[in-house]
Amino acid sequence: MKMSKPMTITEKILAVHAAKKAVSPGELIEVRIDLALANDITAPLAIQAFKEIGVEKVFNRNRVVLVPDHFTPAKDIPSAEQCKILREFAKTQRLTHYFEVGQCGIEHALLPEKGLVLPGEVVVGADSHTCTYGALGAFSTGVGSTDLGAAMATGRLWLKVPESLKFIYYGKLNPWVSGKDLILATIGDIGVDGARYQAMEFCGEVIKNLPMSGRFTMANMAIEAGGKNGMIEPDEITFQFIKQRSKRPYKTYDSDPDAHYADVKEYDVSKLHPQVALPHIPSKVKDVREVGKVKIDQVVIGSCTNGYLDDLRVAAKILRGKKIAPSLRLIIIPATQDIYRQALKEGLIEIFLSAGASVSTPTCGPCLGGHMGVLAEGEKALATTNRNFRGRMGHPNSEVYLSGPAVAAASAIKGRICHPEEVMKRRV
Amino acid sequence: MKFEGRIWKFGSDVDTDAIIPARYLNQSDPKELAKHAMEDERPEFVKEVKPGDLLLADKNFGCGSSREHAPLALKAAGISCIIAKSFARIFFRNSFNLGLPLLESPEASEVIQDGDHVRVDLTIGEIEDLTLGKKFHATPIPPFMQELLQDGGLIPHLRKKMNPQR
Ligand code: SF4
Repeated sequence: MKMSKPMTITEKILAVHAAKKAVSPGELIEVRIDLALANDITAPLAIQAFKEIGVEKVFNRNRVVLVPDHFTPAKDIPSAEQCKILREFAKTQRLTHYFEVGQCGIEHALLPEKGLVLPGEVVVGADSHTCTYGALGAFSTGVGSTDLGAAMATGRLWLKVPESLKFIYYGKLNPWVSGKDLILATIGDIGVDGARYQAMEFCGEVIKNLPMSGRFTMANMAIEAGGKNGMIEPDEITFQFIKQRSKRPYKTYDSDPDAHYADVKEYDVSKLHPQVALPHIPSKVKDVREVGKVKIDQVVIGSCTNGYLDDLRVAAKILRGKKIAPSLRLIIIPATQDIYRQALKEGLIEIFLSAGASVSTPTCGPCLGGHMGVLAEGEKALATTNRNFRGRMGHPNSEVYLSGPAVAAASAIKGRICHPEEVMKRRV
Repeated sequence: MKFEGRIWKFGSDVDTDAIIPARYLNQSDPKELAKHAMEDERPEFVKEVKPGDLLLADKNFGCGSSREHAPLALKAAGISCIIAKSFARIFFRNSFNLGLPLLESPEASEVIQDGDHVRVDLTIGEIEDLTLGKKFHATPIPPFMQELLQDGGLIPHLRKKMNPQR
């Protein structure tokens, strides 16, 4: 699509939604929203904000999505009360997309799976990892509850057009290296505010060959570098993913070759080995071979970052026929019901159970220290989640290490953080 | 708009889990949240903070989750304004939407000390450290955000816009 001046994909999508020919970084614009999302933590405040504005109905009952996924199935009475607020609002507003426990999943895995987000769209969600849908070539970003209440009421929101950063990945991926390792290495390089307020555009031959799961993982963690959104231009892999999930028409955009970027970074991935982020910040990243002997009490495989079917397949490949270390707990959480069902069909769940893992219904659970595996004082966990801030998974004096599913599964067998090669013995 | 109070100083990359730990997010009453603001980081904060006090931080304050419970808890704890080198994006939006003003001033963030008595004039973006007898200038707040603050946040602002007759 040709526009009036060279623009990045992010700028093009925003321009279209602001009904403008062009936009420039720094400009304050009001955009039309295609989808507004909230969860059991953020929706109650958003609903309160919505009511205070004084409108009767949401802007479009097909375009407001409520996903109770954080403290569900309700872990205590206050959580149950929060969920009730969502349920009742969904009912009175006759929302098409309210996902009750049993149909539910972690929001950022669920929405793409249900075909609710398509390339070229603008999505805002009262959850910081809303940036995940950039993997589909959509502009999506996290906002607070008040913003979301406003978006539900008006279908519009003010935004500042972000500058764009370009990240180019080339070379051949080593065994056991995935999207998680790429994004961890990137955050390790630029820091937790290296992309503050900016759009992170991921490209290059490595991204072109990355499956959707790895793309979701990367866009998901844009916020961990302070990014406003992650972005990957849609291609054949994207179209294949969408084809099975939605019949809605959509438009794709791409960045002009002469578009302006605040910075361009290039990474040769041939030298990259599995990465681990050390406590208590996602940018404290090391090559797994340099982490040293860290004994762990718990491994969690799941979340909106790495709870996809591909992640479970990698974990199963490593855990097949093996047992986890007796000193350790392994908790595996498929991100959605469909992923859960598929994992059952493929025999992955059987492998996990035989290895000694606990498998949970889809939920955010331990990712934010909610339930289903909260850490005690002094405990160390290795998780495939996205944040390892102090106290994130439980007690303020517990520690969280982050990695991809391969390192997590291998470490569960060894009882300490290790390279998958240590348990797979060069057998590729 | 003017504020005056003591400074509570924090470091860089203070995340939303530090501002309000996720274990308290199973409810959203501002008063309840305020009881746990900064609890893991500085346990004495909630006990000693007084209405009008100001928060001072280094870079990237409020990084992490989108939880509005973070600025809400600080506001309910009595914090009138936050000064930092820089803020994380969602925290920035949320604070203005709730009517909690933020000022960016790298110089003030370096020089002002914990416990100092400070006066802030938002309209002109001036920060005065009365303890040290020094003045600093902050990045001006864009007119649109000033308007939000004047109206008391995004909701009252929208209510005014959408129901002009009321
Ligand atoms: S899985 Fe973790 S990061 Fe993802 S939405 Fe849930 S709590 Fe947030």
